[in-house]
Amino acid sequence: MQRAPLITRFFRSVPISVGLYLFIVTGLVWLAFTGSQAMGYNWQWYRIPQYLYRLTDDGFEWGEIAVGLVKTLQLSSIAFLLALVLGLLVALLRLSGLVVGTGVAIVFLEIIRNTPLLVLLYLFYYVLGPVFGFNRYVASILCLGVFHAALISEIFRAGINAVAQGQWEAAKSIGMSTGQAYRYIVLPQSVRFMLPPMTGEVVHMVKSSAIVSVIAVAELTTIGRNIISDTYMSFEIWFTIAAVYMVVTLILSAGVSMVEKRYSTNS
Amino acid sequence: MPEAEPIISAVEIDKFFGTFQALKNVNLTVDQGERVVICGPSGSGKSTLIRCFNGLENHDAGQLVVDGIDVHADSKEIRALRQDVGMVFQQFNLFPHLTVLENLTIGPIKVRKISKVEAEERARKYLNRVHIPEQADKYPAQLSGGQQQRVAIARSLCMETRVMLFDEPTSALDPEMINEVLDVMVELANSGMTMVCVTHEMGFARKIADKMVFMEAGEIVEVAPPEKFFTKPDSARCRAFLDQILEH
Repeated sequence: MQRAPLITRFFRSVPISVGLYLFIVTGLVWLAFTGSQAMGYNWQWYRIPQYLYRLTDDGFEWGEIAVGLVKTLQLSSIAFLLALVLGLLVALLRLSGLVVGTGVAIVFLEIIRNTPLLVLLYLFYYVLGPVFGFNRYVASILCLGVFHAALISEIFRAGINAVAQGQWEAAKSIGMSTGQAYRYIVLPQSVRFMLPPMTGEVVHMVKSSAIVSVIAVAELTTIGRNIISDTYMSFEIWFTIAAVYMVVTLILSAGVSMVEKRYSTNS
Repeated sequence: MPEAEPIISAVEIDKFFGTFQALKNVNLTVDQGERVVICGPSGSGKSTLIRCFNGLENHDAGQLVVDGIDVHADSKEIRALRQDVGMVFQQFNLFPHLTVLENLTIGPIKVRKISKVEAEERARKYLNRVHIPEQADKYPAQLSGGQQQRVAIARSLCMETRVMLFDEPTSALDPEMINEVLDVMVELANSGMTMVCVTHEMGFARKIADKMVFMEAGEIVEVAPPEKFFTKPDSARCRAFLDQILEH
């Protein structure tokens, strides 16, 4: 076998790769640091931990950021559940073969997919909210739920279509109704196809929930903004908020990939 | 006493896929307890015809009455019909996420609404009948092709149907597994089951068929009892087909 050229081998070797990586990261950090020095930024990292947790005379206490994180998780999980139910419904409508069903599903999908999330949020909060009398919290859950339902319905549709046609025929030929065929035969098999893209959607949901800060719903990003308006520590707080989001989404991804592994060894 | 109604009665059936005519003016009756074997070159409409019998395909013209039910596109009774007409597919179509036992019991439990205990008892009975009682707790992917097809036959039997349709049940099998499936089918035929079988296995056909049907290009060309069919069929096309597949 011919060996790769010397230059390629040089860049592929582990110490050189690690060295290069550290060099680039250090460079970026240094650029940020000198940049902020030049604008006279006053770093106050020591003031950050109190927003995560506090040790008072009464003992341990969660800080604002931790509370915000819980709010974010609450908001995203309720919205995700709504998106799952709605997404499945839209996918089933789309696949129903009924002209009306397919039509409704496609119109829904196109409207939602072609509207910016921010505009959708304004619609829900400023238009639908007053009309139907719901508050900002409900508006944000509905908005996120509906937006992600459109994306999730396509995951459902792809997963359902990935199940072999013969499974439908076998289910029907033992007298099952369409509903029974979905429930006992097709959906259980499509879970395997849907898990990987669904993970992406969970992560996506947690991230896009940040947008509700523009209508001042209390969650991680809103709380970040509030702290900054009190303290002017925009660099530290935004770095921290970003890191918190990243930790959460990384944990979620790891969790789901474990589930995926278990699922794939089972079948 | 007048002769009983035929269990399948197809009168002047036409079926189109787009502009392609898959079935042309097909007439066929199958009586209670009768064993009918349909053969013919591929693309001749054999599978389409038996898929019409349980409503997996809908015919476009003509009248089809199966088990006393008028089969047509928006038939409300189609599910009732399917509970009485079993189907065995070329590709087995077992449910891969369920064990063999669950494959056999899901229909009786969810569709026939019998108890789980009774369904399992029935499933074991029919697994015995297809000679693989020991495979009950395995998943389909762990079985050989021949075993999978026998499970598929047992799945159909568990619904205790009045007719069984076989759509080229041995065509997807390795040669050494064909006989184990055919043996089960012969036993089934001998037990008095009404069967309609699309197959190229002429030895099997000769053994069990009451009636042979030859199809070509969407038409039924010849219907004859096996003695006549294999020795002196009326049509030249049928003779040519038999010569082709029997010469080995």
